[in-house]
Amino acid sequence: MKVIVPVKRVLDYNVKPRVKADGTGVDLANVKMSMNPFDEIAVEEAIRLKDKGVTEIVVVSIGEQKSQETLRTALAMGADRAILIVSEEKVEPLGVAKLLKAIVDEEKPDLVILGKQAIDDDNNQTGQMLAGLLGVGQATFASKVELTSDSVTVTREVDGGAETETLTLPAIITVDLRLNEPRYASLPNIMKAKSKPMAQKTAADYGVDIAPRLTTLKVVEPAKRSAGVKVADVDELVTKLKAMGVAK
Amino acid sequence: MKTLVWVEHDGATVKDATLAVVTAASQLGEVHLIVAGQGVDAVAAEAAKIAGVGKVHVADDAAYAHALAENVAPLVVQLMADHDAVLFPATSGGKNIAPRVAALLDVMQISDILSVESEDTFTRPIYAGNAIATVQTKDAKKVITVRGTAFEKAATEGGSGTIEAVATTGDSGVSTYVGSEIATSERPELTSAKIIVSGGRALGSGEQFHALIDPLADKLGAGVGASRAAVDAGYAPNDYQVGQTGKIVAPEVYVAIGISGAIQHLAGMKDSKTIIAINKDEDAPIFQVADLGLVGDLFKIVPELTEKL
Ligand SMILES: Cc1cc2nc3c(=O)[nH]c(=O)nc-3n(C[C@H](O)[C@H](O)[C@H](O)COP(=O)(O)OP(=O)(O)OC[C@H]3O[C@@H](n4cnc5c(N)ncnc54)[C@H](O)[C@@H]3O)c2cc1C
Ligand SMILES: Nc1ncnc2c1ncn2[C@@H]1O[C@H](COP(=O)(O)O)[C@@H](O)[C@H]1O
Repeated sequence: MKVIVPVKRVLDYNVKPRVKADGTGVDLANVKMSMNPFDEIAVEEAIRLKDKGVTEIVVVSIGEQKSQETLRTALAMGADRAILIVSEEKVEPLGVAKLLKAIVDEEKPDLVILGKQAIDDDNNQTGQMLAGLLGVGQATFASKVELTSDSVTVTREVDGGAETETLTLPAIITVDLRLNEPRYASLPNIMKAKSKPMAQKTAADYGVDIAPRLTTLKVVEPAKRSAGVKVADVDELVTKLKAMGVAK
Repeated sequence: MKTLVWVEHDGATVKDATLAVVTAASQLGEVHLIVAGQGVDAVAAEAAKIAGVGKVHVADDAAYAHALAENVAPLVVQLMADHDAVLFPATSGGKNIAPRVAALLDVMQISDILSVESEDTFTRPIYAGNAIATVQTKDAKKVITVRGTAFEKAATEGGSGTIEAVATTGDSGVSTYVGSEIATSERPELTSAKIIVSGGRALGSGEQFHALIDPLADKLGAGVGASRAAVDAGYAPNDYQVGQTGKIVAPEVYVAIGISGAIQHLAGMKDSKTIIAINKDEDAPIFQVADLGLVGDLFKIVPELTEKL
């Protein structure tokens, strides 16, 4: 069985995003970039499925040349080969989903495992779009994945609790945080990853139009909350709560 | 503009999240609803009473019983032949279906809008709410998810929508619902609670979480939330999680107990009207957003507070 895992290079989740003074976006110059945390979980899940019949894991990234680093990280974790579709311009989820569809048409995987959301634009769209374009089943926000030879049963995190669905293969899964704990790549595996194959493509190679549909007019900082006051003890807190009408 | 709203429901009643979406939709134009499900006459009747609603399309079929995206998306796409926009709540249900609809319509979805600036321009949070983007769409049809805390809820009475049956688009055959475990609780639901008491990793165990947080929440008539760390450690169930990847809440009062205030947690609660923080570390980032802060050991403070209220 073959699995494709799309991985995106994003601002590291530990870095506090700074809005650029000219209001055009978030400043990404000279800041730490990493693999989207949900995508690490997706890669980890694919690797764990190697005991359950998965024989090849292909990781794909769409983005600037530096996304090679992200793909190398995935290869060091245990993926087998990588495809980079180079675009120095930002590609929206619809464009990403169309490119992924083209890759799926070529590679014919049994599963595509994505993150549920990229933590830069917080769109939470790509997996569902890809499933729609392919006309296959989708299981979003996965917290448990059970694979058989012709189907996959997924437990999903939903607002009130959990829900389970079975999809026929091929299928699309997007992963949530509690699915697994991603591994760190060991030094020998990082060395080994350097010689794993990485293909470079462009959107034009697939004949896919990725022109954006949305225009960002401006990006601003959210209204700042001003830090309030510290109270000395519980009695003062209770007094304040009563004054606010929260407590009687 | 004719705008369609996907009604989220549990088979018996309309979920609250839908009401904020109706408000957002009414800022775009005429509001129609789609109620998809099995045996949903009562839901449709309730939906028709929501203030400002014109038509209620009802698709009653076993294929829609569990809101599987594979089945609901084609139904919505069919109705989009004579609507200009479709809005979903940014809940797990809405987020699951909306992008599939967008892809089938070949449009780029606008996720989690905070405001409607004009027919084609909206604001939305990016980077866990650390930045707010104003985006304009070139697409003729619009697919949008709406952040519930950003819009007033439409009144549940006063509307007189007409109910109209729509033909089923059938079962896709690629996915099957197996079952669900939906937690039931006597407490107010997080996304609509007026007061929320949330606990973090500092609670140390599930027993201590319940022994300390629950009585305080009971005293205040509050919903209970948790940080991801508390959920991951098993102190509280998944659906308690507040944050970038959990629930987005904006109650009147949010009490954060033993929560450091990581940006991913703040993303889910910093629009609360009043934030109260209890933390032993006076430099904890949570105090930067808290209106009232109390520095000290929660194991002493929380029982005392519960008693004195
Ligand atoms: C992609 C991604 C998404 C995420 N999404 C979310 C999300 O949706 N929600 C979320 O919450 N997190 C999320 N996180 C995790 C987040 O980064 C933090 O790790 C998490 O919020 C920390 O939880 P905490 O504050 O309970 O724990 P900690 O950071 O460990 O904080 C515990 C706090 O308790 C205080 N404390 C300890 N003992 C006591 C005591 N006796 N009395 C009083 N105070 C005490 C400490 O001073 C500390 O401030 C996400 C992370 C990633 C990478
Ligand atoms: N540029 C990209 N390259 C590779 N994968 C992507 C890209 N953008 C999104 N994805 C995948 O789609 C998921 C959801 O992203 P989004 O819909 O942008 O929130 C991510 O977690 C990735 O798995």
